Amino acid sequence: MSGTFTKAMARNVFYGGSVFFFLLFLALTFDTMKALPKTDNRQNLTPGAVAGKHIWETRNCIGCHTLLGEGAYYAPELGNVYTRRGPDFIKAWIQAMPTNAPGRRQMPQFHLTDKELDDLVEFFRYSAGINTQKWPPNIEG
Amino acid sequence: MKYQSQAVALPYFIAAIALFAGQVIFGLILGTQYVIGDFLFPEIPFNIARMVHTNLLIVWLLFGFMGAAYYLVPEEAETELYSPLLAWVLFWVFLTAGVLTILGYLFVDYNTLATMTGNNILATMGREFLEQPLLTKIGIVVVALAFLFNISMTLLRGRKTVINLVLLIGLWGLAIFFLFAFYNPANLVIDKFFWWWVVHLWVEGVWELIMAALLAFVLIKVTGVDREVIEKWLYVIITLALVTGIIGTGHHYFWIGTPEYWQWWGSFFSALEPIPFFAMTVFAFNMVNRRRREHPNKAAVLWALGTGVMAFLGAGVWGFLHTLAPVNYYTHGTQITAAHGHLAFYGAYVLVVITIISYAMPILRGRAANSPKAQTLEMWSFWIMTISMVFITLFLTAAGILQIWLQRVSDTPMSFMMAQDQVALFYWMRVWAGVAFFTGLVTYVTSFFVKGESKPLIA
Repeated sequence: MSGTFTKAMARNVFYGGSVFFFLLFLALTFDTMKALPKTDNRQNLTPGAVAGKHIWETRNCIGCHTLLGEGAYYAPELGNVYTRRGPDFIKAWIQAMPTNAPGRRQMPQFHLTDKELDDLVEFFRYSAGINTQKWPPNIEG
Repeated sequence: MKYQSQAVALPYFIAAIALFAGQVIFGLILGTQYVIGDFLFPEIPFNIARMVHTNLLIVWLLFGFMGAAYYLVPEEAETELYSPLLAWVLFWVFLTAGVLTILGYLFVDYNTLATMTGNNILATMGREFLEQPLLTKIGIVVVALAFLFNISMTLLRGRKTVINLVLLIGLWGLAIFFLFAFYNPANLVIDKFFWWWVVHLWVEGVWELIMAALLAFVLIKVTGVDREVIEKWLYVIITLALVTGIIGTGHHYFWIGTPEYWQWWGSFFSALEPIPFFAMTVFAFNMVNRRRREHPNKAAVLWALGTGVMAFLGAGVWGFLHTLAPVNYYTHGTQITAAHGHLAFYGAYVLVVITIISYAMPILRGRAANSPKAQTLEMWSFWIMTISMVFITLFLTAAGILQIWLQRVSDTPMSFMMAQDQVALFYWMRVWAGVAFFTGLVTYVTSFFVKGESKPLIA
């Protein structure tokens, strides 16, 4: 890289290229935000689901589970858990924790109230309805 | 060192290494919990240990970046740091905030911690890597802004080299994109979309500027190659990084409820993301081959070359492995991601911070380079840690491939936990590779205490 390609040219390509691609990214972001109502299941983002997301966050569920494939990989995917297990199983499962089975992975007991359990399930119902382009490949997540 | 105020980098580097050790210890706990599920339960559940592991990584790398900036910016700008006192105050503020946050994770129930620290006023917690309480997040912003003020003022009254400018752009970008950590809409898709503006635009965006600037600085110092040449390379590398990496964010927008077209944008641009890392490797080897001096600090040269190679392997090759949408459809959210995450962070950011520490620490301690004995030990630590991390990555990759096959490809897919049981052998091997990594880290720390005759510093 010597001769005709000077440092000043390299600098200009850097500033020009970065600004151009950042603006392109902003344009794509703007378009995505406009298109989201078709895929993000916002019609099912009920007050219960909003409260459920808060419970999801304040118990640091993402520290073990994935949600739409993002998070830790220690425990099952929960984006589609509503479809896989259904509301009653989810609530019973959370209440039965920890299993205390020797040597098995353990989930803490969070002492959620009935209302909190309902909200969390409502959040899972909402997340299971998001159009994820057919991901995951099958129900097991 | 050339300027007295560079000395403030020393406590930052020491804190970085200490927190690095903490991170690795928690990594060992997590690795063990993968195979002995109830290990340390209920005292330290997996989600808490994992948060400590990843947050310590972020904090120690930030300590490393700040220390690097305090060392490098005055030297490049040819002037004393604007305010060494401010740098010292910020050191203690950041360290206290960081340690209190980690202790909070470990000793306070997370939900209680959230309530105590204002999460009900502005909910930002409980999202991967951004688990910090609101107060800590605000603290990070305050420290970052005061740090940037100090560094920017230093730059303004001194020489404005390309290395300094690129480093500053990277650090400002780091602070600006962190602001998206405060945006947490109830809509999960929008939440995830902008969460990546912190996470991706950090590690596959502005952090690459910081990394390239640090690497360029060390290469100038240890090779004596003409600054003009190195600075031109630097511009080319960071251009490649941002041109591919910004739209490359799209590889996270395949399956989170965003429009389908991201599969095309994300696949195409992120498939090009290995190029800047490849360029960094070529750059590092080229400059060392064209060196005009034999720098006595051989260890620093090794770390610099290692950064190029391992960043290319971890971020470049292991990233490319699962970045194309049709592949990612199967690999998304599996141990493949964990494998890539480990080698990429180690190769790019852990190694670049150790590179600058390796170069600067002897000088901060009043010598050009450590004794040959100390350097030999330091180079051993490079090989032990690097080879161990390669094995961690290979074992996680094997676990990931098997997991995908059993759980996602097979005609009779297994449940998550059944598949996990099947791949346990690879998790066991990963733990042992982790123990080996820890011995490498102990070797590294020990190298700082090896006495011996060292080259004096000629100012």
